[in-house]
Amino acid sequence: MENYFLILIGTVFVNNIVLAKVLGLCPFMGVSKKLEAAIGMGMATAFVLTLASGASYLINQYLLGPDLIYLRTLSFIIVIASIVQFTEMFIHKTSPVLYQVLGIYLPLITTNCAVLGIPLLNVQENHNFIESLFFGFGGAIGFALVLITFSAMRERLEGADVPLPFKGSAIAMVTAGLMSIASMGFSGLVK
Amino acid sequence: MLNALLVMIGLAVVLGAVLGFASLKFRVEGNPLVEKVDAILPQIQCGQCGYPGCKPYAEAISAGNSAINLCAPGGEAVMLRLADLLGVDPQPLAADAALPKPKQVALIDEQTCIGCTLCLQACPVDAIAGAAKQMHTIIASECTGCELCLPPCPVDCITMETVDEGLGGWKWKYPVYPISEEEKDTEVTS
Repeated sequence: MENYFLILIGTVFVNNIVLAKVLGLCPFMGVSKKLEAAIGMGMATAFVLTLASGASYLINQYLLGPDLIYLRTLSFIIVIASIVQFTEMFIHKTSPVLYQVLGIYLPLITTNCAVLGIPLLNVQENHNFIESLFFGFGGAIGFALVLITFSAMRERLEGADVPLPFKGSAIAMVTAGLMSIASMGFSGLVK
Repeated sequence: MLNALLVMIGLAVVLGAVLGFASLKFRVEGNPLVEKVDAILPQIQCGQCGYPGCKPYAEAISAGNSAINLCAPGGEAVMLRLADLLGVDPQPLAADAALPKPKQVALIDEQTCIGCTLCLQACPVDAIAGAAKQMHTIIASECTGCELCLPPCPVDCITMETVDEGLGGWKWKYPVYPISEEEKDTEVTS
């Protein structure tokens, strides 16, 4: 039990997928302009990531085995793409406004390297099924947390008196860098 | 080799079946966003946004083809609610829509009217009385001053007359309430 808790804390804070591993920067920059969009994106990614890490564990363990390792990335991508498609249909049905707001970034979850990165890291670190699920969920929570805090900061930055050359994306990049440095304070909390 | 093929085919078939089932289960009829946008627009079909009515304008907004600041009668209140619904930044009202026009009614020059009924068909509120080859006239109390009858008239016999606020037509101004978050769904009269 303690193990799972450590995985969760570790992926959310210490090895945060955006700030420490620098994965998934496309939606991190793209969907962080509005707070509501960021929350929606965080939830969609959390759903996809958790499901993808569980499904890819099962596929890697029982379908591929040791002799079909070379199919790993390919099959993971197929699974992730279908889960994203499913999520897209679900959101289109349940929340058309969120669907409109997320726009192209919703199908682009497929190419979010965080979503492929987590299952591959799972394999690398020999996690079992439950650990994989926790690792995926923790990574997703970390992603959502950073995305939402970052978008809240960006909404504040809109009103700030930023020097002209730094306006827009530039100041957002600087902010992301500062967040990343700040998150280094967590390092060493969990091995 | 055969194993690899079987695994990939199996994956594709299973996932394809799941997606096919999901697409039936989560089928979306029409575009629900259009309905939501349409519900915010004032529904007076005035055509001042450049679209034939509120529904076509709602479709254009939902498709992302049109700015949200073109609705002159809705004014800033409607624009803000659209911005909120769609998650885009509020924009100031378009330059030509920004000035609320003084209240006006159409007036048909009855000497020139040839009774072609074209303006009858254009009027969204049925404020024009007349028949084919008969002189038409405006029912001033019904006219909303939308100017939609001007373009179809072949003899340019319709003019817009500003309605002065005289002793006869004066009435109390509608109360203007600041729109807070809770009151958004109530009718906006300003």
